[in-house]
Amino acid sequence: MLKLVVVVKFKEGIDDPEGKSITHSLNLLGFENVKRVNVAKQYEIFVDADISKGREIGEKIVKKLLVNPVIHDYELRVEEI
Amino acid sequence: MKVAILQMEGTNCEEESYIAFKESGFEPEYLHINLLKKGMLENYDMIFVPGGFSSGDYVRAGAIFAARLKAKVWKDLKRFVEEGKPVMGVCNGFQVLIELGLLPGTDGISEEPEAALATNESNRFECRWVYLKKFSDTIFSKHVGDKITLPVAHAEGRFLADKKTIEKIEEQNQVVFRYIAPDGSRPDYPWNPNGSVNDIAALVNSYGNVFGIMPHPERAFFWYQHPDWNRVKRERGDGWQIFNSLFREIIEAKNR
Repeated sequence: MLKLVVVVKFKEGIDDPEGKSITHSLNLLGFENVKRVNVAKQYEIFVDADISKGREIGEKIVKKLLVNPVIHDYELRVEEI
Repeated sequence: MKVAILQMEGTNCEEESYIAFKESGFEPEYLHINLLKKGMLENYDMIFVPGGFSSGDYVRAGAIFAARLKAKVWKDLKRFVEEGKPVMGVCNGFQVLIELGLLPGTDGISEEPEAALATNESNRFECRWVYLKKFSDTIFSKHVGDKITLPVAHAEGRFLADKKTIEKIEEQNQVVFRYIAPDGSRPDYPWNPNGSVNDIAALVNSYGNVFGIMPHPERAFFWYQHPDWNRVKRERGDGWQIFNSLFREIIEAKNR
């Protein structure tokens, strides 16, 4: 069994309104030195496949659904479990 | 003229849309994605993607609807667009058309998204009436007044694309409606409800047959749906003008 970990985050320069809201909230909670928060989405995808195919499957899943290349970057890790 | 109103788990504006098309002289039909098969779209003259929360807006608004359509009927959809038949998406439907790569469609059809409708700048769901100004005459807008009001209801409507794409959209006059302030000037929040680049509210592709709009014309179809209904006299809702434009440019033009 494989575990594909995909982290989808905003590209540098793309506004992250959720991150901004959280930054503001943390400042209000007394963390005045918090300057920026980036929010990312993590998917853990469990796939019944050989480790040699893991990356290829992950890339396809990312391209077909998880990422809009205009606004997102992603990281993909493949683990055998 | 048969209009396929696509449905999926979570679409929720199909009834208003059905009524709007019916009242405007079209023959609308619901078509659920689970019943959609290759070759079926040929039976229709227009495709409409309604608003709502398809697949609960999971992953990104419109992403799952688009991926399922792509997996099932991408070739058919491309042919439909290339034949010049009209395709229209409202709100979540606009998000679907962007995710499909049918909009902005600066060079026709793109295999990958060329733009995004990202989370509103306010990081909130924005639900209110907005003012729109027409910037381009298309089959969807030719008989629409210069300024109209329609309701928005979305959390992901901030139109984004890279600089080159935006420039091309502007050059090719693909912006159909922009948000404006009540006095007609460039809007700040809340009149631009989502922070869209260049105040873009609605776009048409470079062919002129695929149209996406964030505000809901089908929710302002009748005069009594406007919040100022008892102060401003209207024969019809402002949203009706878009459906009427389609009727006049397509059905009436055929019979002329």
